[in-house]
Amino acid sequence: MVYFLIFISAIFVNNIVLSQFLGICPFLGVSKKIDTALGMGAAVTFVLVLATVVTYLLQKLLVLWGVEFLQTILFILVIAALVQMIEIMLKKVSPALYQALGVFLPLITTNCCILGVALIVADQNKLLAKLPLGADYGLLSGTVYAFATAVGFALALVLFAGIREQLALNKVPEAMKGTPIALLTAGLLAMAFMGFSGVV
Amino acid sequence: MSNAMKTLTNGILKENPTFALVLGMCPTLATTTSAVNGMSMGLATLFVLVCSNVVISLLKNLIPDKVRIPAFIVVIATFVTMVQLVMQAYLPAIYDVLGLFIPLIVVNCIVLGRAEAFAAKNTVGLSALDGIGMGLGFTLSLTVLGVIREFLGAGTVFGFQLYNSQFAALIFVLAPGAFIALAYMMAAVNKLQKK
Repeated sequence: MVYFLIFISAIFVNNIVLSQFLGICPFLGVSKKIDTALGMGAAVTFVLVLATVVTYLLQKLLVLWGVEFLQTILFILVIAALVQMIEIMLKKVSPALYQALGVFLPLITTNCCILGVALIVADQNKLLAKLPLGADYGLLSGTVYAFATAVGFALALVLFAGIREQLALNKVPEAMKGTPIALLTAGLLAMAFMGFSGVV
Repeated sequence: MSNAMKTLTNGILKENPTFALVLGMCPTLATTTSAVNGMSMGLATLFVLVCSNVVISLLKNLIPDKVRIPAFIVVIATFVTMVQLVMQAYLPAIYDVLGLFIPLIVVNCIVLGRAEAFAAKNTVGLSALDGIGMGLGFTLSLTVLGVIREFLGAGTVFGFQLYNSQFAALIFVLAPGAFIALAYMMAAVNKLQKK
């Protein structure tokens, strides 16, 4: 039951893009078409869950050796290496999936929601603050949180892409064209997601 | 000398990271709940930007071309860790508010973008000036956005009460207000530039 609550909380109540402002760059950058939004969402889900599991275990080693200050440097390198590895493996193992996700993979290294979630999950206090009451700290709840967050990211991205496809057909004042109108739309979407606050 | 001046002012107005290049949106939206928060985030980024630009510019001939991006990231992450530890020790209140977004300077596109586009090709002096210019531009836009959001959302500017906070629209301090305030600010900048 508590894992179900983690899902609801991470997808709707504390949506990673619309209420926590992580991963705004791909949210604005690759949301012009629903297809690409779906591809990006899938790629992020894949990398986010893997990166979270790996960095969670690495954090245990850092604490064991007493070198927690290396956290930021190590995590970003691990994420970069992981993304590269996944790209090479996908190319060999599943060319079809590589075709679908390939172009998005290199972009993911600089997606701040990957490093952000990895840093949250590695820190007991930070993770417990994001989880609903009754959840305990561990690899399982961390992984579930990471997966749910990624689903929330994909949901926001696809919803936003759907709106932008319609928006492209409308007349927009000259000064508002491009990023401003996209931000305004995101603001309204964020307002809609605010309606979920207090659910969990 | 005019070349140096041009490099310095380039980042502040003509190629402002937020309004012209649209880079680093996550900290821009997340940390501008008040003017002080926006300014501290901008200054932290400014420090990392200048230091990483200088070091990368010094090392540009030593780093092999193939591994330059990972090498740049390590340099940037080192300075971010320094900022993180210093802030944690001397400015714990601001560190708590900015929280996650201090380590996330590592993945701020502006820092890596300037390393790749400017510092890897130019002299140390010019790279430092470019870092200062870009950092000031980022700090300026974050501070202005912070002032606007704090004024509309809490009725204060830098903590000084300007009108009764009962009349303030709290939404501007919350998540949707960040998007909406930035959208109108960008539209205003676009409008002014067209003229």
